[in-house]
Amino acid sequence: MKRLLSAFLFFALLVAAWHWAFAAGIWSPVLVPSPESVARYLWEVLRDGTLWDCSVVTMKRLLAGYVIGLLAGVPLGFLTARVQALRDTLGVLALGLQGLPSVCWVPLALLWFGQTEGAMLFVVVMGTLWSVILATETGVRNVNPLYVRAANTMGSRGLHTWVFVMLPASLPFIVSGMKQGWAFAWRSLMAAEIYVTILTGFGLGHLLHYGRELNAMEQVVAIMLMIVLIGLLADKVLFSPWEKFLHRRWGTGK
Amino acid sequence: MTPGSEISAPPSARLAIEQVSKNFVTSRGRVHALDKVSLQVAEGEFVCLVGPSGCGKSTLLNMIAGLEQPTEGTVAAAGEPIRGPSRERMMMFQESALFPWLDALGNVMFSLKRKPGLTDQERRETADYYLKLVGLEKFRRANIHELSGGMKQRVALARALAPNPRVLLMDEPFAALDAMTREQLYGDLQRIWAQRHVTIVFVTHNVREAVCLGDRVVLFSPHPGRIREEFRVDLARPRDINSVEVAGYATRITRTLKDYMEHGAGI
Repeated sequence: MKRLLSAFLFFALLVAAWHWAFAAGIWSPVLVPSPESVARYLWEVLRDGTLWDCSVVTMKRLLAGYVIGLLAGVPLGFLTARVQALRDTLGVLALGLQGLPSVCWVPLALLWFGQTEGAMLFVVVMGTLWSVILATETGVRNVNPLYVRAANTMGSRGLHTWVFVMLPASLPFIVSGMKQGWAFAWRSLMAAEIYVTILTGFGLGHLLHYGRELNAMEQVVAIMLMIVLIGLLADKVLFSPWEKFLHRRWGTGK
Repeated sequence: MTPGSEISAPPSARLAIEQVSKNFVTSRGRVHALDKVSLQVAEGEFVCLVGPSGCGKSTLLNMIAGLEQPTEGTVAAAGEPIRGPSRERMMMFQESALFPWLDALGNVMFSLKRKPGLTDQERRETADYYLKLVGLEKFRRANIHELSGGMKQRVALARALAPNPRVLLMDEPFAALDAMTREQLYGDLQRIWAQRHVTIVFVTHNVREAVCLGDRVVLFSPHPGRIREEFRVDLARPRDINSVEVAGYATRITRTLKDYMEHGAGI
């Protein structure tokens, strides 16, 4: 309760300071919109459905790419951890490409796929895949070999050991890899939406882009706020349950 | 008198180790871990393997567990050569090796889930029974990190006993515990062993611990690992590690061990 209150106070103060800065008239209203105008814009797009539609389009792209990245990344991570030849090849590739800012995939995706959903998907998958592979690999290689030996004496073999011992044992690493993958995917998707205009769906990045083109600063700020909110929400909905489970079971964190 | 000798007297030993040698190749070169070791363990017997580090006693235990294969010789359980791990021979390690992603009950259930022919209800009841046997029925839903070192080893013991193995292999299971907890567990282990008539092979470098627990203490010497001598411990049970009798046996064995270390290094 106390934490909630201090958080509320902090953000109230932040908005108040923003309002004061606007009212003081130091900067042109074209550059610094008032909190009221931002709120008014948000209310409008909320009422006419634009905000919801755009958020849905963006989230669909993000989730599709993210899920593909996870489904491919976790097994590939397992394989890289176990097969030396893959570690020397795919592992090195993943390490290199993970360091590549995911926005760098956008020009390539445009040339390969044109202005299509495929380009969007590609960019998101590239953002997710490499960090998930690397995190899973690290996780699997950090599994205490004693767990596997113990499981073997209890009659666990092959696939069973992979699914019921190796996978949960490397979960702390995999979850942090999932978080990083999510962050990269989210960033790369925004970059893609800002740069790539496609007609099959209008996302939050496009709204941001058109805000700039129309010099509508309240739109730019409002969409930025939305993007932050979605990021926070994803953290709470997608990762908090996992992290709580990890903290409770492993006793890590506070 | 041991409970094991009362309930069964099979002509063939539960475990038969014949002329077993084991070589490893490590980064430092070839290691001759065991050299032509032979050992028979009777049904229901409690045998302690003692020796300094590097004498191959843990290697031998791993081979009985089926986690490693001998370079030469044979290891057999109830007349059958051991080809891999089996629920008939469960192992306990120095670290508890409990799975942190499961609670205490989940850990005990893990070994039961792989055992066919049981309903979920039966599995749960069996797990509860064994948690109770080790005195942890109140901690069935506890997370592993919430348990003390001694409690972890108790859960590990329950997990190892739950599939009802004929042989329990213990690799220095109490080495990381404090003296008080250890003494409690000596009592518990003797009680459970007497109740369950399970065959135990127990590896330790603590001679007194070996005398307190074992019907027989098998002394190993290192480089390469060989059996030097066997001592039969004819003391009434349950034994107390602090008793004069245990101390007397331990002193004798330690003296023998020292003799080998000082005079036998070149053999």
